[in-house]
Amino acid sequence: MPVRHPQLNAHGELKHLLTIEGLPRDLIHRILDTAAGFVGVSDREVKKVPLLRGVSVFNLFFENSTRTRTTFEIAANRLSADVVNLNINTSSASKGESLLDTIDNLVAMHADMFVVRHAQSGAPFLIADHVDRTRGNVHVINAGDGRHAHPTQGLLDAYTIRHFKGNFQDLTVAIVGDVLHSRVARSDIHALSTLGVPEIRVIGPATLVPSGIEQMGVRVFHDMNEGMREVDVVIMLRLQNERMRGALLPSAQEYFKHYGLTEDKLARARPDCIVMHPGPMNRGVEIESAVADGPQAVILEQVTFGIAVRMAVMSLLSKS
Amino acid sequence: MNDRICLTIEGARLIDPERSLDIAPGPASRVHIRDGRIVATGEAPAGFAADSVHHAEGHVLIPGLVDLAARLREPGFEYKATLESEMRAAIAGGVTRLACPPDTDPVLDEPGLVEMLKHRARSIEGAHLHPVGALTLGLKGEKITEMAELVEAGCVGFSQALAPITDTQVLMRAMQYARTFGFRLWLQPQDPHLARGGVAHSGPYASRLGLSGVPVIAETIALHTLLELVRSTGCALHFMRLSSAAGVDLVRRARREGLPISCDVSAHHLHMIDLDIGFFDSNCRVDPPFRSERDRDALRAGLLDGTIDAVCSDHTPVDDDAKLLPFAEAEAGVTGLELLLPLVLKWSQESSVPLAQALRSVTTGPACVLGIDAPSLAAGMPADLCLFDPNEHWTVSRGALVSQGTHTPYLGRSLQGRVRATWIAGKRVWSATAKPG
Repeated sequence: MPVRHPQLNAHGELKHLLTIEGLPRDLIHRILDTAAGFVGVSDREVKKVPLLRGVSVFNLFFENSTRTRTTFEIAANRLSADVVNLNINTSSASKGESLLDTIDNLVAMHADMFVVRHAQSGAPFLIADHVDRTRGNVHVINAGDGRHAHPTQGLLDAYTIRHFKGNFQDLTVAIVGDVLHSRVARSDIHALSTLGVPEIRVIGPATLVPSGIEQMGVRVFHDMNEGMREVDVVIMLRLQNERMRGALLPSAQEYFKHYGLTEDKLARARPDCIVMHPGPMNRGVEIESAVADGPQAVILEQVTFGIAVRMAVMSLLSKS
Repeated sequence: MNDRICLTIEGARLIDPERSLDIAPGPASRVHIRDGRIVATGEAPAGFAADSVHHAEGHVLIPGLVDLAARLREPGFEYKATLESEMRAAIAGGVTRLACPPDTDPVLDEPGLVEMLKHRARSIEGAHLHPVGALTLGLKGEKITEMAELVEAGCVGFSQALAPITDTQVLMRAMQYARTFGFRLWLQPQDPHLARGGVAHSGPYASRLGLSGVPVIAETIALHTLLELVRSTGCALHFMRLSSAAGVDLVRRARREGLPISCDVSAHHLHMIDLDIGFFDSNCRVDPPFRSERDRDALRAGLLDGTIDAVCSDHTPVDDDAKLLPFAEAEAGVTGLELLLPLVLKWSQESSVPLAQALRSVTTGPACVLGIDAPSLAAGMPADLCLFDPNEHWTVSRGALVSQGTHTPYLGRSLQGRVRATWIAGKRVWSATAKPG
C-alpha cells in the first residue's frame, strides 16, 4: 500500500494540518509569509477579508480551552467564515456517542473544516482518516491533541521568533518545563528544527523530560542556570497544578525555585533574549511577574500573531 | 463412521519438527491414516487400502499447530467473536490444539464454567481446547481458585491473563499452592505500576507521538520478582509474551540455572516494532507493546537458541467499535490464529532458520508447555495435520480472514504461506476452497 502523509492530499498539497513533523521548510515559510499578510487585517477598521465566505468551520473541542477556541473563532470570523462552536466533554469513549459517530453527524451538517482539540494523542489523525474515507473535501486542523502536537502554536511561535530575530540560522532556543506533557514543546521542536535552528535545548527535571527526546534533535539540561546560558529565545511551558499530585514533582515552590524563570536566570541568556509562553501563565510557578511583564517578554505579541497564523492555515487549507 | 476411513495423503513434502525430519515429495512422503491415526509413512502397511487419496503436490504437510494463547471470547464477549467463529479460524490457520486464557466474562475461575466451555467446544468440529484457569477468583489477585478442581475439569495451568497480582504475598502463596500439586502458572511478566497508563514502548517514538510508555523495566522487574519466587517456591512458571531484549536475557540466564521455567512470544512481536505504529495505527495497539528493533531481534535470537519455547498467536478478536478510537483508548489485541503460520514462515525465511526447526516453535515447543505428547507424523500419532502451500501469497483482508477479529497491522499487506487443508483425527475439517480468499 502506498503510504502518504495523512495530512497531504494525492497532489502532495496540505489538506489537513495535523502536525508540523514532516512539513517541508518552504511550506512553513509560505504559511508564515501568508500570516504576515494577515497581521494588517486586524488593524483595519473593518477587520475582515472575504476569503472563506460560505465556508463552515466547526470548532470541535473535546477538551476545554476557551483561549485557543477563541483565537480560532476570531481567525475564522476575520476570514468571513461561518463558525460553529461545539464543546464535547468526553473523558472516555464508552460514554454515549462514539467519536466517529459525532464526526459523521457533523459532516452530514455540511461542515467544511474541523478545528479539533482532543485529550488523546492522535485523535485528529483518526478524524482526518475517517473524513478522507467518507467525504473527500473536509479539512481537519489539529488544535492540540494530548501530548502529541499543537501545530498552529508551533507555527505562531516560529512566526514570533522570525519577527523578532529575523532568521533561525544562528539561534539557541531553550524550551523550559513540563516537556513530557507538552504538545507545544513537540510542535516547537519540529518547527524550529525544520527551520534550521542549530541548537534547541529542553530544560526540566528528569521526571518531566520524556525518554529518548534527544532523538528529536535537542540537548537536554536539568540545570536551568546552565541551560539558559547564551540563549536567544526562551519558551516557558505551562505547568498544570495536577502534576504536583503524583510523584512527578513535590511542590510548586520547589519547582519555581529550580525551573521558574526569574530575572536572575534570564540574566544568563543573551541580553536581547525574548521570553515566550503559550499561555495561560501560572505566575510564580513557571515564571515570575517581573519577567512576564518585563521588556523581554513577547507573550502578548504571540497571541496577536496567533490569529494571523491561524487565518493563514485556514486560507491555505481551503485552497487545496 | 468417518474416522474408519483409510486415507492416504501423497505428493506433499513432509516436515516433522519433533523428529527433525524433512522428507521431499515422493514415495517416502506418503502418509497413511486409519481410524484417525497415522499408521505409516512411505510404504503402506500390509492390508491397507485407501478409501481416498488426497493429492498435495507442491504443498507441505506438518503436524497440526499448537497455539498457547487464543481468546475465543466466550463466554461474555460474543459481540467480539464466538466459539464457532474462532474455532473455525483456528482450523483455517492450521491450529488443531489451542489454549485459551481465562479472561472471559465470567472468568474461568469455577470448574463448572470450564466444563461448560469444554462441552461447547466438543459440540463444534474444531481444534482441541485446553482452558487455562484463573489463578485468582475473578482475576482480582486476592483469593486463589480451587486449582485442583479446575485441573480435574480440564485446565492445563493457571493464569491471570493481563490482570496483575499486586500483592506479592498472594503471588507467593499461589505459587506455593500450585507447587504442591505440580501445577504450572502462566504469567505475563509486567509490573502493573510501571506499566500503568502505558500504551506503547517507552522510547523515542512514543515520546515523539506523545503516547504514554511502558518501559522495558516493567518487564524485567516483574521477571526478577517472579524468578526469585520460582527459586524460593520451586513452582513451575511459564512466562507469557516476552517483549524485550533484557527480558530474553534474564530468562536465558535463569534457564541455564536450571529453573523450571518456559516462555513464549507472540507471532506479531517477531516482526513488528514501535515504529510500525506510524500515524497512530490502533491495529498496533497490543499488550505488551511492540518494542524497538533491537528487542525484536533479541526475541528472534531467543527463539532460535531455545530460550523461548513457543510462538503463539495471542489471538484477540476486537470489534471495530473498540478499535476505531484514538490510539490510547483503543482496545489492545490483534487477530492471530490465521497469521500464526505465515508469520512463523516469514521469520524462518528472514532469519534463515530451517523449516523443520522453525516449526518446532508452533508444535513441539508449545506441546511441552501444555505437558502433552509432542505432535508428530510418526506412526501411532493422532492424524491432526496441517497442509499448507509455502509459496502462496495472499493479502490479509476482512474477506480473507475467517475470524471475526480482523484487526492486525498486516491488514492490507501480503503474506506468504497459506493453509490449504486441516485434519483432526483423520477427518478433513478445513479446506481452503471452503472460503475464497
